[in-house]
Amino acid sequence: MASTWSKIAAAGVAVIAIGAGAAWALTKPDPHPDSYWADLGEPDLPNGEQIFWAGGCAGCHAATGAEGDALKVMSGGRALPSPFGTFHIPNISPDPQAGIGRWTLAQFGNAMTRGVGPGGEHLYPSFPYGSYARMVPKDVNDLFGYLKTLPASSNVAPGHELGFPFNIRLAVGGWKFLYFNDQPRVELASADDKVKRGQYLVEGPGHCGECHTPRNALGGFEAGKWLAGGPNPEGKGTIPDITPGGDIGSWSEADIANYLETGFTPDYDSAGGSMVEVQKNMAHLPKSDLEAIAAYLKAVPSQ
Amino acid sequence: MKFGIKTIAATALCLGLAATAVTAQDAVVQKREQMMKQVGASMGALGGIAKGEKPFDADVVKTALTTISADMKAFPDQFPAGSEANSAAAPAIWDNMDDFKAKAAKLAGDADTILASMPADQAGVQEAVKTLGANCGTCHQTYRLKR
Repeated sequence: MASTWSKIAAAGVAVIAIGAGAAWALTKPDPHPDSYWADLGEPDLPNGEQIFWAGGCAGCHAATGAEGDALKVMSGGRALPSPFGTFHIPNISPDPQAGIGRWTLAQFGNAMTRGVGPGGEHLYPSFPYGSYARMVPKDVNDLFGYLKTLPASSNVAPGHELGFPFNIRLAVGGWKFLYFNDQPRVELASADDKVKRGQYLVEGPGHCGECHTPRNALGGFEAGKWLAGGPNPEGKGTIPDITPGGDIGSWSEADIANYLETGFTPDYDSAGGSMVEVQKNMAHLPKSDLEAIAAYLKAVPSQ
Repeated sequence: MKFGIKTIAATALCLGLAATAVTAQDAVVQKREQMMKQVGASMGALGGIAKGEKPFDADVVKTALTTISADMKAFPDQFPAGSEANSAAAPAIWDNMDDFKAKAAKLAGDADTILASMPADQAGVQEAVKTLGANCGTCHQTYRLKR
């Protein structure tokens, strides 16, 4: 009898272990191999700066209310409210202790594109690696090189304040299993180079969908709602639908590019809320990139 | 019965007062939205010249700048306590009224400064649009909901 029970117990433990093993295999941090980040050569710093603005790094990592040169001090510390709790944005300045001064390119690249921290841990998707995953290694290398040229800050941001179960970092693996991928958000039948450039900027570094696509209760994008807007997850107000059938459907490509450059809508209303920062970042991009974004936004399906 | 009539009368009175309050609030929201639309239209007039869609016209430029200045001086007075319902005004306005007023005054001041040394050509208007336009986003970032 005793041996039967111990056999059942042993079998139970084995099943749990296999289940846990399978779950771990499906949800463990999955960085690119070191070879992926090797041989990228010297970073192209002007391109790195373009990526810096396209990626909106300053929008979160600069101090609250920073303007001008202060936008280049990546001290972190800003609080990002969400339905899951409050995230405190980390320091990514070149400071060796408080920032990322000691990180390797592989560590930086895997944080950016795989959501894996320097110690091999999952990062929370409040950091939009779900979009940055689409970035090519060259742009990541150039950006890393550019970030190293910015001023160091010794500021140490507080830890995230998240409720259960979101405070369990391992659970992020489950989220990644469900929602993380590096594939195109939409398949565009006949995209020319301009539209493809726009797709790269919007779906990758620009991470436009992080706000403009509605999310479900687990924080994943709702299927078939790419760029369709919805309630503002950071608080009051709504995020506009930026597909051709949505709030800016009547805008021409030139109107969209002009808005990103100047902050003015076609009827001279202005950007508001978080979009003000985004627009000011986008204004640093060459006109051809803004026109590419506009072309892509006209090519995506209406939702 | 007497009590009933009193109750009805009191209720009617309350409803009447409430209706008046709602109308007054709608009126103030409407007024400030009207002001913002005028400022937007003035920016549009300047923007048309800046972009070269319209020829330079000193009268148009002067009217636009004067309108922006006058509207922005009166603008912060259109936000009495409790007038945030059914509007795009962010609650942050009432938490930071001094800053809100300062931002409105800044735009009015910028318009006055430009008026004092009137732009003489398209390039001048382009500069003016840049200077004035920077105010729009800075304020809307914190104090306007949606978008």
